Amino acid sequence: MKYTSVSLLEKGFYVASLAVALLLSPLTQAQTEQVTAQQFVDLQQGQAHFPGFRRAHAKGICVSGEFKSNGRLSQYSNATVFKAGTHPFIGRLSIAGNNPHAAELTAPVRSFALSFVTGAERWNIAMNTPPVMAVTNPHDFYQQIVALKQGKEAVKDFFAEHPESADFLAWKASYTPSSSFALETYHSINAFYLVDEKAQRQAIRWKMLPLNEESKNPYTGKDALQQEFATRLEKGSVRFNWQFIFAKQEDDENNPAKLWPSNRAKVDAGEIFITHWQPQLSGNCHALNFDPLILPSGVIATEDPILRARSAAYAESYRRRAKEQLMGALEETAND
Amino acid sequence: MTDQITRFNLAMRVLHWSMALLIFAMVFAGLAMVRALEPWQLTLLGLHKPFGTLALLLLLLRFLIRIKSSTPSLPSGMSTIQVKLAKFSHWLLYALMLIIPTSGLLMQYYAARPIVVFDFFTIPAAMVPHIEYFAVFREGHSLAILLLITVLAVHIGAALYHHFIRKDGVLKSML
Ligand code: HEM
Ligand code: HEM
Repeated sequence: MKYTSVSLLEKGFYVASLAVALLLSPLTQAQTEQVTAQQFVDLQQGQAHFPGFRRAHAKGICVSGEFKSNGRLSQYSNATVFKAGTHPFIGRLSIAGNNPHAAELTAPVRSFALSFVTGAERWNIAMNTPPVMAVTNPHDFYQQIVALKQGKEAVKDFFAEHPESADFLAWKASYTPSSSFALETYHSINAFYLVDEKAQRQAIRWKMLPLNEESKNPYTGKDALQQEFATRLEKGSVRFNWQFIFAKQEDDENNPAKLWPSNRAKVDAGEIFITHWQPQLSGNCHALNFDPLILPSGVIATEDPILRARSAAYAESYRRRAKEQLMGALEETAND
Repeated sequence: MTDQITRFNLAMRVLHWSMALLIFAMVFAGLAMVRALEPWQLTLLGLHKPFGTLALLLLLLRFLIRIKSSTPSLPSGMSTIQVKLAKFSHWLLYALMLIIPTSGLLMQYYAARPIVVFDFFTIPAAMVPHIEYFAVFREGHSLAILLLITVLAVHIGAALYHHFIRKDGVLKSML
């Protein structure tokens, strides 16, 4: 009696594991065809990985300040941030790359992220210095990073095979990185929709243009951008004009590689004032994932495949660094 | 007295099968959305959270009905250890159905990510994120799901074993 019941239990297990294997088989199929969030973040973190830090834009500082909205955008969007008045934010200035100890002056891409809390809602923004991407989807972007890691020849071949990178290459040829976070223009790159009370949508991109005095950066070390910024803040807040660019019917808001014609309508929403900064590990920006798909009502995501890929990749990076931090990865660094 | 009952009452049966469907869909949605970089990822994530919250509400309702109603007893031919295992696995399933959505809600809370429920209302999140608490609930969500998949495999296996091999009324009691 006992003997048979064991063998029947075994049969039960057999049937059950077969069922599970069948249920999970479509997933293994899906994985072989397209780059996953995990593969993307593996590529970004590279061989030398820095536990506890962001897998991209690893080096940066926390900042905070306020946005003085002039109210002009509130007719296009009911987001609270556009209502005339002052809206506080926390943010982060960073350089692209996986290394939290990298030299800053030579970094080709600089970034500015912001996060607004209004009532129960949050709006995260993460911008870079280029106005467009070189490619139009995450799978080509993956190949672009692979080429970058392989060297100059591979990059040349990559761009030759991707004519959609023309606008990006033209911008790159005209751009020289400045020696201050306060002298860069930061771009949304991806487009979003503003939604008004009547649920009408307007496709937009935005940029933040510097309103700060040109001056030479006296620092030359690895942390030159951070040091220059700290010195600058001692003399007063760092300001940007937050400008929105309105797409026309013929512009493709889902293509992040294509610039819209320069004669498109532009609306200034108000001024960003950065008033304080903190080192990233002791500051309040480290624990936040500036996932740009956390949006308030009044702003919605387009179908842009690059934009839509960001949430899963940022979450994977955040998951990894959160787990590492829980296991104590940053304890030594934080005590320095 | 309980001997007379051979089936779970209608509310229990409806809740059992609708939640079974919901949870299977949630597991697939979850596994797909944490991997995909495709444009539908955001849409699926936007469905995962409100439907997961719904699963939690349904569970609470189910739990209330479960403790208030009498349930059919297991067939008499089963050994004590089998009966104990069956009861334990059922309470374990209830516990996991509680832990999984709760950890989902808490991970979003500590990551400072408000949950938009179909543009209808927003479940607020912490003002200041707490990354280490996020890590606990994020990893907890995944571990609890692994355990759920394992226990479900046994659960489904056991149901089929009762029906096709023992040929007793256990599976029918839920149909
Ligand atoms: C498919 C495309 C992209 C992928 C896979 C990707 C991936 C990532 C990842 C994994 C992080 C780290 C997140 C964290 O741990 O908190 C990150 C940060 C960041 N990304 Fe992207 N990114 C993409 C596109 C973009 C674009 C188009 C922009 C600019 C418009 C951008 C700007 C930023 C900025 C500014 C940060 C740093 C945010 C902060 O300071 O915390 N990314 N990105
Ligand atoms: C019946 C309830 C639920 C089931 C069966 C379920 C299942 C899953 C699964 C299988 C994953 C993928 C885990 C992995 O691969 O690591 C996942 C991820 C996730 N779940 Fe759930 N879930 C449930 C409820 C919830 C709820 C209520 C929320 C929040 C309101 C939630 C939020 C999330 C989030 C945000 C992720 C992705 C996390 C990341 O990308 O880092 N889940 N879920």
